[in-house]
Amino acid sequence: MFDFSVVTSWIDQGLRSVMSPAAAITVECVLIGIVLLALYAIMALILILAERKVCAAFQCRLGPNRVGPWGCIQVVADMIKMLTKEIITIKHTDKFLYNLAPFIVIIASLLAFACIPWGNGLQALDFNVGIFFMIAASSMGIVGILLAGWSSNNKFSLIGAMRSGAQMISYELSIGLSLLTMVVLSGTMQISEIVEGQNELWFIFKGHIPALIAFVIYLIAGTAETNRGPFDLPEAESELTAGYHTEYSGMHFGFYYVAEFVNMFIVASIATTVFLGGWMPLHIPGLDGFNRIMDYIPSVIWFFGKSALMVFVIMWFKWTFPRLRIDQLLNLEWKYLLPLNLLNLLVMVAIVVLGWHF
Amino acid sequence: MSTLKAQIQNICPQAAFSHEDTDTLHAEVSPKELAGLFKHLKTDKTFLFDYMEDLIGMDFGEKLGVIYRFYSTENKQRIVLICQAESREKPELPSATPWWGIANFYEREVYDFFGIIFIGHPDMRRLFLRNDWVGYPLRKDYDASPEINPVRLDAEPMDDIAPSYSEKDGKIEEEDNLRFQKDEYVVNIGPQHPATHGVLHFQVSLEGETVKKVDVHCGYIHRGIEKMCESLTYPQTIGYTDRLDYLSAHQNRHALCACIEEAMGLEIPRRAQYIRALMDELSRIQSHLLMYACYCMDLGALTPFFYAFRDREKILNIFEDSGAGRLIQNYYVIGGVSRDLHPDFVKKTAEFIKYLPTVLPEYHKVFTGNVIFQQRSKGIGILTREQAISNGVTGPAARASGWACDLRKHQPYSVYNEVEFNEITRTGGDCFDRYMVRMDEIHESIAIIDQLLTKLPEGDYCAKTKPVIKLPEGRYFKSVETARGEFGVFIESRGEKYPWRLKFHPPCLPLVSVVDLLTRGGKIADLISIGASLDYVVPDIDR
Repeated sequence: MFDFSVVTSWIDQGLRSVMSPAAAITVECVLIGIVLLALYAIMALILILAERKVCAAFQCRLGPNRVGPWGCIQVVADMIKMLTKEIITIKHTDKFLYNLAPFIVIIASLLAFACIPWGNGLQALDFNVGIFFMIAASSMGIVGILLAGWSSNNKFSLIGAMRSGAQMISYELSIGLSLLTMVVLSGTMQISEIVEGQNELWFIFKGHIPALIAFVIYLIAGTAETNRGPFDLPEAESELTAGYHTEYSGMHFGFYYVAEFVNMFIVASIATTVFLGGWMPLHIPGLDGFNRIMDYIPSVIWFFGKSALMVFVIMWFKWTFPRLRIDQLLNLEWKYLLPLNLLNLLVMVAIVVLGWHF
Repeated sequence: MSTLKAQIQNICPQAAFSHEDTDTLHAEVSPKELAGLFKHLKTDKTFLFDYMEDLIGMDFGEKLGVIYRFYSTENKQRIVLICQAESREKPELPSATPWWGIANFYEREVYDFFGIIFIGHPDMRRLFLRNDWVGYPLRKDYDASPEINPVRLDAEPMDDIAPSYSEKDGKIEEEDNLRFQKDEYVVNIGPQHPATHGVLHFQVSLEGETVKKVDVHCGYIHRGIEKMCESLTYPQTIGYTDRLDYLSAHQNRHALCACIEEAMGLEIPRRAQYIRALMDELSRIQSHLLMYACYCMDLGALTPFFYAFRDREKILNIFEDSGAGRLIQNYYVIGGVSRDLHPDFVKKTAEFIKYLPTVLPEYHKVFTGNVIFQQRSKGIGILTREQAISNGVTGPAARASGWACDLRKHQPYSVYNEVEFNEITRTGGDCFDRYMVRMDEIHESIAIIDQLLTKLPEGDYCAKTKPVIKLPEGRYFKSVETARGEFGVFIESRGEKYPWRLKFHPPCLPLVSVVDLLTRGGKIADLISIGASLDYVVPDIDR
């Protein structure tokens, strides 16, 4: 299995040989920042195209098919349109907060994005409380959404923001607890070690029943966390026109749009990392030949393949289910998911202590 | 009939009667006696007129007045009351709102068009026109010059005060009622909003997510069709019916054509009758398919929307072949239909009614059986049978509440007495039942089409009519069952080639009138679900 740290350490040594270590680190930080930003934008474009194609397939349509082969330039055209659109300023808004809100959303999303382990040795941020940091960073986005709803001075936006607040704070619990269940199994919060720990067997198989329950809960809560259907109440089109971003236009709206898509990818990639082995190939203990063949497939492909599958599942939810009502949404979390989650955590602890996992 | 007359004479000694030889008694009463009569009509065992079919404002020439049509669902009898206000300058009539819920909207409409003030009405605002409109357009002496009512470019002044009038010691007093308190959180849903299915405006007072009150504003696309019809010849008037409820375009036109034909005493060919029934049922299916599509979309399920549109397209193609129109078909004319069926019609329709039952289970799988949909529709917006009748709700929405009111069954018109079908009724009265009634009606419509296709006779498709059509003097009323309920046409003819008064009775106005009743105490999301399950079409409300 190719280790990308060979490449990164080669760049590091190259830089250190021509400049002081401090300067080398600065240059590296800038480089990583640029790469991540570029990757962020490209991921968003790919996801938007994927969403439109998947949705079209579900709805007996073709989707974009005019601009470029299979319509793949369509999203680029849309992006250029979005970038050139006028940002309309609205009277009676809290100007500072109104302009700040989309940036908070996108920064939170970008911070979580930076923790993703893309492949063997390909990870920008990796420290001992990685999972913890990821959850904390991604839940900062809610501040941006609440600010957007409040500062727009629009009743629809305010209702949308309130819904979003209630929803995200509730589902944050489920996400945290289901990940905590897996942390119990892995014994570490460091993302690279979690992936390494799945060398023998992916955690979803290793932790069998409680891991499977945690996985399902994580998927539900993760979909809710990204405000996507069937949990898209904050922007419920038929109720609140566009919810918290009703008053945003141009690239300000574009930030919300892009953040929503990349958040979906982040949720999918966390699911991949924690439950499905991250970039780790499918290994089955005892079948060495099979394991060696699996190792020939590059780690990046494993990671993107699994993430794409998860993204597809989340899209599948959206294009199949109708939208929940706010009280039903909160019922689902507080009456069903949360107690089940706590119980599941207990079961997992027992299994780990007694060594009943595979 | 004679007992009905005797009883009314008992209550109103001065009443004058006409049409005694027909099955509908007409009684003319004075405004003074009217208020007392309302109570008897609604509550007396022998009357029990619980359904107000229509309330038609009229300019009789010298006086202004109202024609009421009542029907008793218990005793299966009908009565028409005519009441003329005493003065033309300040016309006043007693309000029927305490007894019939729908009178609220109908009386506001009459006030809007004729300026008749209803004493005891809780909310005497204009219904369709702007608050700053000058004059009452359906009065015969209305001055339509554009200087008086120019095209206003400013927003409509919307004040929070709703006047009402009450009688105290023989004097009429005006009261101002506040619609919303100062500190209420009022959200405007509409006029531009994805879930109102058109240009309709709800002012919703909210307590958090809970709806406290809904105030409906209609009239954003009021086109004055009734006023226009008064200066058009009869063949010209039928052009406007398609533009009312555009999803029941065929059926609306059926009502007007049938009303004119009945008044002329014109016998229309059998083939034309069959063609009309076939087209009516096809448009019922496409309308219900659209309702399914919109319901799904309003609840956030976008995929089933496309399923329904894919299949609705097939019906529109069939329409296009024969009538050349897809949404607005302009197919029926006085005496029959404008041209014969397309040679492919029978083949295509037979194929379609074989195809549709194979995809309907798919619809149910993807949407009806979904637990989220069931939670969002079962037990939501319950309309009881009494409320449905009192508020004049007809069609699938009323049948979901247990009121068997299908005119095809109970007052068969066209060839509906020659086909066999079941009237779908349910008892829950909630959103889910309203939805299921429509889905089941699709199957019944398929059965009707199947029978009609096998019986379709050869022959003429249109009867010969004179170039100038004049209706004999009199009042004519004809109603048909559209996809949304009873669509009625009232014509008062004074023997000319133009109608003196032509009134459309829209099925959708009663539907929006119950939105407030159904949504109070529910969530915003329920408002959307209820609106979608009622399935109103805005041009039909506004006319």
